[in-house]
Amino acid sequence: MLDGDPCSIIENEFVKPGKGQAFNRVKLRNLKTGRVLEKTFKSGETVDGADVADVEMQYLYADGDRWHFMDQSSFEQHEIPKNIMGEATKWIRENDICMVTLYNGAPLSVVPPSFVELKIVETDPGIRGDTSGGGGKPATLETGAVVRVPLFVQTGEVVRVDTRTGDYMSRAKE
Amino acid sequence: MTEWKPVASVANLKARAQLLADIRAFFAARKVMEVETPLLCQFGGTDPYIQPVTADYQGPGFPDGQMFFLQTSPEFAMKRLLAAGAGDIYQITKAFRQGERGSLHNPEFSMIEWYRLGFDHHALMDEVDTLLQQTIGMPKGKRMTYETYFMSTVGVNPFTADDGQLWQVLEQHEVNLSVHPAKLSRDDVLNLISTHLIEPQLGFDAPCFVYDFPASMAALAKIRRGDGQTPDVAERFEVYVCGMELANGFNELSDSVEQAARFESQRQDRVAQGFLDVAPDSRLIAALAQGLPECAGVALGFDRLLMLQLGAHSIDEVVSFTIDRA
Repeated sequence: MLDGDPCSIIENEFVKPGKGQAFNRVKLRNLKTGRVLEKTFKSGETVDGADVADVEMQYLYADGDRWHFMDQSSFEQHEIPKNIMGEATKWIRENDICMVTLYNGAPLSVVPPSFVELKIVETDPGIRGDTSGGGGKPATLETGAVVRVPLFVQTGEVVRVDTRTGDYMSRAKE
Repeated sequence: MTEWKPVASVANLKARAQLLADIRAFFAARKVMEVETPLLCQFGGTDPYIQPVTADYQGPGFPDGQMFFLQTSPEFAMKRLLAAGAGDIYQITKAFRQGERGSLHNPEFSMIEWYRLGFDHHALMDEVDTLLQQTIGMPKGKRMTYETYFMSTVGVNPFTADDGQLWQVLEQHEVNLSVHPAKLSRDDVLNLISTHLIEPQLGFDAPCFVYDFPASMAALAKIRRGDGQTPDVAERFEVYVCGMELANGFNELSDSVEQAARFESQRQDRVAQGFLDVAPDSRLIAALAQGLPECAGVALGFDRLLMLQLGAHSIDEVVSFTIDRA
């Protein structure tokens, strides 16, 4: 916990001159805002631990601005507002499993699966004979996300996408 | 189960063995005698920023058992040898420091420490420079005073700037502290500026020798009094290579009365900060009173020297077993 917000430690560097006070230079991610900050502590200083847990949850359905999930182990249901869903809404379909971070029992962030397979609902027809796809073209997926795909990929096909980068990986094997 | 394995590669351990041999050859050629001093010591260092690891011993002479200190530096014992007439001496030894672990630290590490009679800190810097050139092929080093070290990088004078100006340097460079710098000593703030803002950029083209420190950072170095225009300075030097502190040397304080006073003041500082009370080493004081020859001495991190030779980024690449696998 730092200034009232839960943070995760990305890097912790021990800094100590031969003759002098020891410090720890810590790189942290604020789990509420996603911002990365650096802070220097005197070695041995303590801060409160945050009650944070990562839980696998299945996405059930959305109604308006609320997204409904079920905890895979306790079967408890959670409603997650759109602002906390963030980018995840672009990638997930009903029944997909997401990693939900809980802070004091309430959802803080949602991470979709790293790879998803989604159907293309709209893209320009490719040029016949082009099999490599130099620059590619935009394609709209069934969840509303837009990704660049090679020219040979057509509407109705299912493609595999890396949700961390938003990049097309391959055509999915049906 | 891979925890039985060394953390360093066998190739790096071979390089380590070769570097140990090269260091010994360097000193043999200069007729500096290799010595060994105890790792288990009855007295510890009073430096408030170096915490000892302790060990209990019981046996003849100590029927009720006694707490010993694993040495944090061989300096005191080596100075007793100097006072006894040992002449120029060096050793390559383990030193132990409580709580020090990171990419540049292991609580048990190896240092090369040596003393040269009739040298001042400038003559000893020359010799460290030669050692770096001959053993790991470094280019010739550069020299600058502690004042220039600050002025040329963060633009403040470490001797004359007021505390507020020093805090401002930290703020301008977005060094985000968990406590207000007013709660730190001036030396702590100078060290923070050094470790966070200056050191990481230093010594990449050639080793950087920084000398003449603020008198408050003298430790066991002689203090040269200023003339009113210039400040008092500690005749101490540090060597930085590739953003890393490699060595720390002194034109050695030989005045037993002043040494005893510094020990006492450090001891009080330790107690005030809630650290283990360490009795000053009365045997070292007695040796200094008998007479320490004029000399300069330096401690150089052997593990870090090997890291530089191999281009390693962590001490884990150059020691056989770090504390977590010891």
